[in-house]
Amino acid sequence: MSFEPKIVSFLCNWCSYTGADLAGTSRMKYAANIRIIRVMCSGRVDPTFVLKAFREGADGVLICGCHPGDCHYHEGNYKCLRRYKLLTKYIKQMGIDDKRLRLEWISASEGKQFAELANEMAETLRNLGPANIKDKLDFFQKTKSVNEDENVEKEKMEAI
Amino acid sequence: MTTENKEKPKLKMAVYWGAACGGCCVSVLDVHEKLFDVVAAADLVFWPIALDFKYKDLEAMPDGHIDVTLFNGAIRNSENKYIAMLLRQKSKIMVAYGSCAHMGGIPGLANFSTKEELFKRVYFESESTLNSEKILPEPDFKVKEGDLELPVFYNDVMPLNKVVCVDYYLPGCPPQTERLLEVFMAIVNGSELPSKKSVIGAYDKTQCDECERKKTDNKKIKKFYRPWEIEDDGETCFLEQGVICMGPATRGGCGVRCIKGNAPCRGCYGPPPDSPDPGAKMMSAVATMIDANEDVEIDKIIEDIVDPAGTFYRFSLPGSIIRRKL
Repeated sequence: MSFEPKIVSFLCNWCSYTGADLAGTSRMKYAANIRIIRVMCSGRVDPTFVLKAFREGADGVLICGCHPGDCHYHEGNYKCLRRYKLLTKYIKQMGIDDKRLRLEWISASEGKQFAELANEMAETLRNLGPANIKDKLDFFQKTKSVNEDENVEKEKMEAI
Repeated sequence: MTTENKEKPKLKMAVYWGAACGGCCVSVLDVHEKLFDVVAAADLVFWPIALDFKYKDLEAMPDGHIDVTLFNGAIRNSENKYIAMLLRQKSKIMVAYGSCAHMGGIPGLANFSTKEELFKRVYFESESTLNSEKILPEPDFKVKEGDLELPVFYNDVMPLNKVVCVDYYLPGCPPQTERLLEVFMAIVNGSELPSKKSVIGAYDKTQCDECERKKTDNKKIKKFYRPWEIEDDGETCFLEQGVICMGPATRGGCGVRCIKGNAPCRGCYGPPPDSPDPGAKMMSAVATMIDANEDVEIDKIIEDIVDPAGTFYRFSLPGSIIRRKL
């Protein structure tokens, strides 16, 4: 079976979630890789949420908010934009491909655009392959070198 | 030990260092003349930096023999891990003492590299190293006199709680000696201790709550400066001047010493209770303050934050969500 990425997406209640809903009610088909979490505003998306999603096994994270100037709370989406940019710089430093984190503006009427975005992101991540962040970060993962370390250590413990 | 203390047995205390600089052990000595109170109330049964104990002395102790262990330093190799496990077994209360034991600390920044990269730099490339035979340390090495052993060097630096169960955390680089004394006296006097696994000797509120610098509610930053690029006016909030200060994402308790000394907070006291990941909290806070709404302008401002990962996770990389470079 080919690799299907898991994409955690945070959609703002006022524009993007409604947009995604429109895609559904209009019976548009889009990639089932997207797992939607509704938040009140894209400004609510704390960098912790994104990092946690990656840590728990997401291959990509998609944040959607209202178009600039349209935020229900005036400037939540701008805050999100700034956090996204800083966060992107950070995840690049940590060795996570920045294509795995996206911020897009989807209005309530843009069901079609949302469906296209979902398909496009799923395709990008399919080509990138699994992120494997969870496996890589689990302590004492069963790789060769770690096993060797553990064995030597066990012998030492027994010797003492 | 002495006769006058018969009714109240002396506390047995151990101090040990893992991957640490030794500053935490020195901070224990920084109690100055209060050291007499400490010694009157406690026997130091194991403290390799100051007193001559051997690992076999520790191994010979019965389980739960030590009342309090202050473990400073991160877990870098199998020796650190072995002694941490041994001390856990022999101690009633295990305290992760200092930033390194708490969240990885400065040695934890090695998680930006792999073991191979570190060895290559240290044993082959560093300017002061002559190693034409390309010799690397081996955990086991046979010579004609017998087998030689070295601890196994791990790929990752870990905070103490990844290898043993930790009762309390006393953060700081090093922890403020006054905080240690408070905690120590509380244990000696038999006061009720906070719930297990909590951070002691630090406040729940952030540095900003303690800081006396002038602050406005809506901070706006047009340009970030590194501390040497700007002349600090000595009274305005560092962030408002454009200098990154970890105050918003760091517990209070240190007495804002760095800020009082006109240096921005670097975050050694770790994150406040509501945010597990100090860097994420800090990124969130700093990004909010950036005074720009246009893509290009934001990019330009963020360009001045040269090393977000190293700056925001200076003391906490191994204890953070993405705990190493992938």
